[in-house]
Amino acid sequence: MNDWLRDQEYTLPASAWFIGLTLFCALALSWLPWSGGLLVLRPDFTALMLLYWCTHRPNQVGLGVSWLVGILADVADASMFGQHALAYTVLAFGGILMHRRIQLFDLRQQILQAFPLLLLSYLIYAGVHWQVRGYVAWSYFIGSATTAALWIPLALLLQAVRQHRASDDEL
Amino acid sequence: MEHAPQLPFFNRGPSLYARLALFLVLSLVLLFVDARYQYLDSVRNVVSILMYPVERLAALPVTVYRGVGDYLTTQGSLRAENDLLRKQRALDAAALQQLQVLQAENQQLRKFLELQPKVGYSTKATEIVYVERDIFRRKVFVDKGAQAGVQPGQPVVDDRGVVGQVSRVHPWLSEVTLVTDKDNMVPVQVQRSGVRTVVYGTGDSGELSVRYMPFSGDIQPGDVLVTSGIDGTYPAGIPVAKVTVVDRNPALPFARISCQPLGGADRHRQLLIVSSNQTLPERPEPEEKAGKPKKKRGRL
Repeated sequence: MNDWLRDQEYTLPASAWFIGLTLFCALALSWLPWSGGLLVLRPDFTALMLLYWCTHRPNQVGLGVSWLVGILADVADASMFGQHALAYTVLAFGGILMHRRIQLFDLRQQILQAFPLLLLSYLIYAGVHWQVRGYVAWSYFIGSATTAALWIPLALLLQAVRQHRASDDEL
Repeated sequence: MEHAPQLPFFNRGPSLYARLALFLVLSLVLLFVDARYQYLDSVRNVVSILMYPVERLAALPVTVYRGVGDYLTTQGSLRAENDLLRKQRALDAAALQQLQVLQAENQQLRKFLELQPKVGYSTKATEIVYVERDIFRRKVFVDKGAQAGVQPGQPVVDDRGVVGQVSRVHPWLSEVTLVTDKDNMVPVQVQRSGVRTVVYGTGDSGELSVRYMPFSGDIQPGDVLVTSGIDGTYPAGIPVAKVTVVDRNPALPFARISCQPLGGADRHRQLLIVSSNQTLPERPEPEEKAGKPKKKRGRL
């Protein structure tokens, strides 16, 4: 097993402030002005970040936080109130149920665990849309694949940042 | 330091399943209320005020990038642009003179017909802050809101044509539904022949369609569709789309007509919000045929 792909969760710290900051950044990223064909590929950074924290720090980021972030995303996106909240709540629930298992795998294997969860949350979002509006754009689901593809870069980035903070603490 | 071992998760507070149920019910109730009633708009406004600085912060890198790009424009490109603008101005001046003559003539004709002169409309310049993340819909957010006097329903245009319509107003932001949104439609008129119809969004950013046009309808590829003004929302005569394909397939009940929108939110960031202060005639009595007075205005 490649060592750099190992999940190093047990050795790393994460303060509530740090988690809040990362979630905030993820929300801000999803407001970047995307347009045209790229819109289909646009990953859901917020869902990815929430899933990361739910699987790695389930006693700090749980259903409540996910629901709240979902409400913020709803307002920012002008989607219906509760649409993102519903999808993110289920996502967080899945993440928390699977968090012990996910941490045993290396980062590549984790993608296979994360992708179905992300797809499920996309399905819920699209399902609500279908109930209210009566149609679904199938290309919407491509976004769940690009989101899952970002799992490794995100995990490596967060591990690197937190590693840095951990070594600061030792000095 | 947070090296504390993970606390037994299921022993604190209500169980995971109970909380899942709670938040699911909360979300579903919110969804239901939002879909059926208008109660939540004020809540949305408050949250959007709180989020406004964050949204501007997210847009900051793009703003800075554009600013730096403008600053570093070379003299050569400036000169080329200047030449181009000069030529354009000469052309525009000629067109403007013609327009003034036409306007005067038009006013005269209107007087003859004893019709109310149509009042010109004022516009507010605004800028796109961000594009909505939801790919199901075509919406953008612009940086003028209720504080700047924007009202829901106002049309939004750019230099080439209609872009969309303000669909929701926050204190400092407004949400604009583009003409290409699947739920949006615009009453139009074929500029060449005067045939009135309605153009529908398709959900695809480069395409609009005219749905219920009979085979005999006088419409050809290359025709420009302009707003007819009979809806009381869009001022008359603003270009909306150009017809690209007219398919008169006898197997279908109507001709299939696709058009290309002329205004575009994906081409530039600046848009104009039109506040049309035209006074509409009172609505006719419900017993009357509602179509008659409208038709009269549209044809002129």
